[in-house]
Amino acid sequence: MDDDERTVLELPFHDAMLAAAVFAADPARVGGIVIRTVSGPARESWLRNTLSLLDAGTPVRRVPSHIGDESLLGGLDLAMTLATGRPIARHGLLKEADGGIIIIPSAERLTAPLASRIATTMDLGAIPLQRDKFTATAPTSFGIIALDEGQSAEERPPSALLDRAGLHITLPDAASPKIDVDTFTRERVKIASRAAASIPLDDDCIRLLCELGAVVAVSSTNAILHASRILRLVAALNGRNRVSEDDIAATIRLVIAPRATRHPEEAADNSPQQSDTHDQNPDDNSSIQEEAGRLPDSLIAAAKSALPPHLLERLQSDNHHQFSKSTTGKSGDRKKSPRRGRPIGFKAGPISQGARLNIVETLRAAAPWQPLRRREIAAHCETDATNRIAVRAVDFRVWRLKSRGETVTVFVVDASGSTAVQRLGEAKGAVEILLSECYSRRDHAALIAFSGRGSELLLPPTRSLARAKRNLADLPGGGGTPLASGIDAAAELCDAVRRKGQAPSVVVLTDGRANLNRNGKPGRAAAEEDAVQAAKTLRCMGVPAIVIDTSAKPNAPAARLADAMGAEYLPLAYADADTLSKAIKAQDARSI
Amino acid sequence: MRATFPFAAILGQDEMKLALLASAIDPTLGGVLVFGDRGTGKTTAVRGLAELLPPMLVVSGCRYHCDPGANGSGCDDCQTRGRQGPLPSEMAPVPVVDLPLGATEDRIVGALDLERALSRGEKSFEAGLLARAHRGFLYIDEVNLLEDHLVDLLLDVAASGENVVEREGLSVRHPARFVLIGSGNPEEGELRPQLLDRFGLSVEVSAPENVSTRVEIIKRRDAFENDPAAFKVKWLPETRRIREQILSARNKLPKMELSQEVLERAASLCVRLGTDGLRGELTVMRAARAVAALEGSDAVSDHHLRLVAPSALRHRLRRNPLDESGSTARIQRTLEDVFCG
Repeated sequence: MDDDERTVLELPFHDAMLAAAVFAADPARVGGIVIRTVSGPARESWLRNTLSLLDAGTPVRRVPSHIGDESLLGGLDLAMTLATGRPIARHGLLKEADGGIIIIPSAERLTAPLASRIATTMDLGAIPLQRDKFTATAPTSFGIIALDEGQSAEERPPSALLDRAGLHITLPDAASPKIDVDTFTRERVKIASRAAASIPLDDDCIRLLCELGAVVAVSSTNAILHASRILRLVAALNGRNRVSEDDIAATIRLVIAPRATRHPEEAADNSPQQSDTHDQNPDDNSSIQEEAGRLPDSLIAAAKSALPPHLLERLQSDNHHQFSKSTTGKSGDRKKSPRRGRPIGFKAGPISQGARLNIVETLRAAAPWQPLRRREIAAHCETDATNRIAVRAVDFRVWRLKSRGETVTVFVVDASGSTAVQRLGEAKGAVEILLSECYSRRDHAALIAFSGRGSELLLPPTRSLARAKRNLADLPGGGGTPLASGIDAAAELCDAVRRKGQAPSVVVLTDGRANLNRNGKPGRAAAEEDAVQAAKTLRCMGVPAIVIDTSAKPNAPAARLADAMGAEYLPLAYADADTLSKAIKAQDARSI
Repeated sequence: MRATFPFAAILGQDEMKLALLASAIDPTLGGVLVFGDRGTGKTTAVRGLAELLPPMLVVSGCRYHCDPGANGSGCDDCQTRGRQGPLPSEMAPVPVVDLPLGATEDRIVGALDLERALSRGEKSFEAGLLARAHRGFLYIDEVNLLEDHLVDLLLDVAASGENVVEREGLSVRHPARFVLIGSGNPEEGELRPQLLDRFGLSVEVSAPENVSTRVEIIKRRDAFENDPAAFKVKWLPETRRIREQILSARNKLPKMELSQEVLERAASLCVRLGTDGLRGELTVMRAARAVAALEGSDAVSDHHLRLVAPSALRHRLRRNPLDESGSTARIQRTLEDVFCG
C-alpha cells in the first residue's frame, strides 16, 4: 500500500523528468516545455536537472517580460557602426540563443505581441529582421522553457506560445521534491536524440494519436504533430527501436491530455469511429450549434431600439448624468495617441500635441547621419560644425504611451428566475448591443452573472468579442436573486481593473428584486438592504454606473438601487411587445 | 530559413485556398484576411503561395519591379526611360513579402541608405518592404496585433497605391500596390474596423474534425519534415498544375461573361444582408469572376456566387459587429433565400 502511494505521488515528477529529457534531446524540434507550477524548490530542482541534461556550452538565455524589440530581435549596433563607419548589426537575444534554449519566466504574463515574435521566429527557423536599415533573416533555432506561474484557469501563457511548446506539464507544489536525478543522464539523452529519427511510426500509430486528440477535443493539428515527434523521442529514451504502448501512454500524458478541452467521458457516446462518419459534414454540424447559441436578430433589434444610442460613451464621459452631446464625440473619434500613460515604446514623429520626446532614441537616430550632415553644414556655411550634433526633425522619436484611460466595462447581468426567460433573452440582447459599442470604441468588457447559484465571473476583462458573445449565449437562467453578491463581485473586479491602470465602469441589468442576501439566505427586505449597501460601496469607489431595469414595468427597487449607486437609471421598455413575444415563441418552437 | 511546405499538399481548408487563388488571379480583389485558431495551416498556406505564383514580367534593373506594359503607373525612373523607347524587360518571381510584427517604420517605408551615407557621405534611398511588395503580396501574420501607428501607415499607402518618403532633404515617391494578406487569431484581439474594411475577402478556418483527414495531414507533415526536398519533388506536378490553372484563369478573366440575372442576384443578396455601400457587391462580382475563371467556366453562374459570397461578405455585415462568428450562418441562410425563393 505504501508502495502504491509512492507511485501515485511520483508520477507527475517522473513525467516532468521524462519531459525534460525529451526536450533536452532535441529542444528545437520539441519546441518547448510549458511547466505550470508555483515558483519554489520543486521547480528550481527540475530546472537545474533539465539544464544539466543539455550539452555543456549550450546557450541559455532568459527573456525578461519587458524586453524591447531591439534586444529581442536585434538591430543596429550604434557604437560599432560609428566606430567602423559602416552599418553593423547587433544580435538580438533570439539569435544568441541559437542552438540552445530560452527561458521565459512568468510566462503567464507574457504579452501576445512578444509571444508572437518568438513564435514566428520558431516557425521560420530564422529571425525575420526588418529593423533600422537591416533586412536580413538571421537563422536561429531554439527551444523554450516557459515557467507558467498562473493560478487560475484564465492566467495562461499566450496561445501562440502554448501552441509552439510540445510539452505541457504541471508540477504539484511539494515541499520536498521527489525528483529522481539519475533516471536520465546526458549520455542517454544524447543517444536517444540520434536514435529517434530512425524509429518508424506507422499509420496506425498516427491514427491512434489523431483519434485520441478527437476524443478529448484537441483541435490544433500542431498538437498531434508535436505528439508524433515526441513519441519517437520517448521511445528512444526508453531504449526501444519501436514505439510501445507505454511510450504512447507517456506521450498522451505529456502532450495531448494537458490540452484536452473535453473530458473523454463526455465524448463516450461519440466514439472515434462514429465521429469519423458523423463528421463528414462538420460544417453543417457547427452551423447548427451556432444557430442554437445565437440570439434571434429580432430580439437584438428590439433591445437595440430600447437603448439610447452611445450609452457607453455617456457612461465614460466625466459627467455621466448629463445627456449632453458635447461631452464626447462619436464613437469613431477615438484619440489616436494618448498623451499620458505608461511608455510602451517609441516611434518617429513630430513633437506635437503634447507628445514626449525620447531623447536617447532621438540621439541614436541622429548619430549615424552626423558625418553627412557636418559635410553639408560645412559646405553651406563658414562655421565650424565639427563639434556639434546636428539633430533634425526627422530624427525625433517620441514615446508611445499606453493610456491609463483604457476602459473596462463590467456587465453585471441578473440571470435569476425573477428575470423571466424572455427578459433574460432581452437583457442578453441589450448586453450584445452595448458590447458592440465597446467594440467600436476598442474597450475591454467583462461579464458577471448572478443567479440562484451565486455570482460568477463569466468573462474576465477581454477585448475578444468572440469570447464575450459565446459566454453570453451560454448564460443559464434561474433561481434566486443574490443582487448584493453580484454587485460585490463587480466592485471587486473594478478594484482589480483599477490596479491594472484601467478605468472601470459598470452596467447592471436587473429588475432590482433581490431575494437572497449576502449570506445566501432568502428574504426580500434583508436582500434589498444588502444590495443597496453594496451599491453604496460601488458609489464610494467612484465607479460610473448604469442600472438597466429589465422588469416589464419600471419599478421602485431598481430605481432605488440606481440611486444608491449614483447610477443612471434606464427602464428597458418594450419597443413592441407583440413582435417580441412572437419572435420568442418562434424561437422556442425552433429549439424544441 | 526552413523550407516551406507546398501549397498543393495542404489538405482541406478549401475556402481559404480558393480565396488566396482568387486574389492571385485578380489582385484588385483587395486581399485576404484569414482568421482562425492555431494549427490550422493559415501561415503555411500563405507562405506556400509564393512558390505557386507564375513569374511576372518586370522592367530590367528597376528596383520596384515595375510592369513594362503599364504606361504611366510605373516609378519615376521607368516613366522617364519609357518615354525614350521600349524598356528592357525580364521575368521575375512575384514577391511575397513578410511584414513581421517587430518591423520598424524605417524598414517598412524605406529610408536613406545608411551604408552609403556613412562611407561615402551620399544620400540615396534604400527601398523598404512596401517597395519590395509592389505588384506582389504583403503578408502580415498576427495582423490583429500590429501596432496602431503601423496600421495607419499601411492604410495610407494601401489607399493611395503610392509610398512617399521624405528624409534628409530627399523626397522619394514610388508606386506600392500590393495584395494585403493578413492572418490572426480573433481570440487574441479584434482587428481595427478600418483595417478590416481594407480586405476584400475574409475566411474563417478551423481544424478539421474528421480523423482520417487529420491522419493524412500529420502523415504529410511528417514526410515533409523528414525530407523536405523529396517531399517537394513529389508535389511538384500538382504545384505546376495549379500554376497553369492560375495562368489560364488570368487569360480567361477579361472575357468572363456576367449575365444580368447573376448581377441582380448578387445585388439582392447584398441588399438582404444589409451590407454597407457598394464594395460588397463589387467584391462578390469580382471574386465570382475569378473563381469562375479558375474553374475554367466561360460565364459566372449561381454556383460561383455561392462559393464566394461568404468570404466576400462575412466581414461586411456591419449591423452588429458581434455577429462576426454567426455571420457565416446568416449568409448561408440568405443564400438559401435568394437562390430558392
